[in-house]
Amino acid sequence: MVISNKTIAAIGTDAVSEAMRQINPDVVAAYPITPQTAIVETFSQMVADGLVKTHFVAVESEHSAMSAAIGAASSGARVMTCTSSQGLAYMWELLYIASGLRLPIVMPNVNRSLSAPINIHCDHGDSMGARDTGWIQLFSENGQEAYDNTIQAARIAEHPDILLPAMVLMDGFIISHSIDRVDILEDEVVSKFVGEYKPAFSLLDAENPVSIGTFDGLYGYFFEFKRQQEEAMVNAFKVIKDVGKEFGEISGRPYDLFETVGMEDAEYAIIVLGSACGTVRHQVEEMRSRGIKIGMIKLRVFRPFPAKELAEVLSGLKAVAVFDRSDTFAGHLGGPVFLEVRSSLYDLPKRPLIVNYVYGLGGRDLSIELIDKAVGELAEIASSGQVKQLVNYLGLRE
Amino acid sequence: MTWEIKDIQKWDWKKHPAGAVIKDPGNSCQFKTGGWRTFRPIRDDKICNQCLICYVFCPDSAIIVKDEKVVGVDYNFCKGCGICAAECPVDAIEMVDESKAKKKQVE
Ligand code: SF4
Ligand code: SF4
Repeated sequence: MVISNKTIAAIGTDAVSEAMRQINPDVVAAYPITPQTAIVETFSQMVADGLVKTHFVAVESEHSAMSAAIGAASSGARVMTCTSSQGLAYMWELLYIASGLRLPIVMPNVNRSLSAPINIHCDHGDSMGARDTGWIQLFSENGQEAYDNTIQAARIAEHPDILLPAMVLMDGFIISHSIDRVDILEDEVVSKFVGEYKPAFSLLDAENPVSIGTFDGLYGYFFEFKRQQEEAMVNAFKVIKDVGKEFGEISGRPYDLFETVGMEDAEYAIIVLGSACGTVRHQVEEMRSRGIKIGMIKLRVFRPFPAKELAEVLSGLKAVAVFDRSDTFAGHLGGPVFLEVRSSLYDLPKRPLIVNYVYGLGGRDLSIELIDKAVGELAEIASSGQVKQLVNYLGLRE
Repeated sequence: MTWEIKDIQKWDWKKHPAGAVIKDPGNSCQFKTGGWRTFRPIRDDKICNQCLICYVFCPDSAIIVKDEKVVGVDYNFCKGCGICAAECPVDAIEMVDESKAKKKQVE
């Protein structure tokens, strides 16, 4: 097929509102919070201008936003919302309800650090905290990926083998408020790609009445339902890959669980997600041109976590550095990405050495110098076979 | 379609409808709640004047009425709240310790 993209200059939030306009969800219930505000603002303007058929519910809090989204999704609507940081935290109990009821709500979350102290800039503490809520999590490197991921998220979440809500993550300000070139698909191409939503059930279907939100405290099948959610996550690997491939066919931009740079001959590698991937890739490519055998893995999908595939790519390496834009406060155990990667490597007959770099908390910049510093230490680990310090703080005033 | 849940305790985890959605309306009659009861209402037919107040007040529709007359209590659903006994204007209903009532039944 002929791929037709229109190239525009857009800030990340506008790229996401554009994706939302093209998806044309039945209901959007949202509450503004920095740095997500521009998404809600632009989208509600689109509603006011009649550019979408969406029913926009202006709520008084994120708790209400997710509650309204759950209500609307239960009635069989295709539903989206979006948030950031404290907003996501305020949705907490509802996040579990959305996934437990198997409602494929799509939610862009513009990553911002959690208080205190109050800080509006990017880190991944908000969505990493939600990693066990049963939501699919797709990370974006830039505005283009935020746009692409939002469109794919609808397909992934609504797939009958999955039926789970999905978060699209994008770094606050670095992506959300930076102008970047974004290739936009034709409206019809997107609407054909997402297709007509056929809900598994609807509270408004009077012919087929259902009960939802049932009480399970007597017979007790809660355990069985949780096992089903886990199975849906297992199914998600294939669906995410398939949808990513199909998206490539319409856009020229195929997606996978993660992306690799120079892993064919790398001796050591950096694993990173979000906007930092751009800076790290730049540095990795520069070093490779000087003959340094370094590779990079850009993690796109954090939930489900592609442990098997990652272990395959990482096996045979001498050393791996995992970059985390949040911490777990577990006593120098490392950031969430580090924990997952480290655990993924456990079953390898010969494991690479592994080191963690926590960086960028509260929006602290990840400079090229800092990446060079980490790579220098990584090369040292690879040659000496020794990890001096398991968890390191990159860019911290020490 | 009726949702057959007789052997639900033997179902494996895959068999349950996703999201715990119940697609069969009115199936609460399959869910017997009488086991909650610690006191059992026993109605004395000789005292009862058939005013039907207990029938109106029972929150679980457990008072069985036939031809406009109270004929018994549905112990599969009576939870033993005692509202019927409290509301009965002629004290025709006595709340009896469930374990004793059961024992008596066996004897
Ligand atoms: S004890 Fe309560 S539940 Fe049982 S019959 Fe009386 S009013 Fe109904
Ligand atoms: S309230 Fe008392 S008198 Fe009236 S019907 Fe019930 S048992 Fe009989």
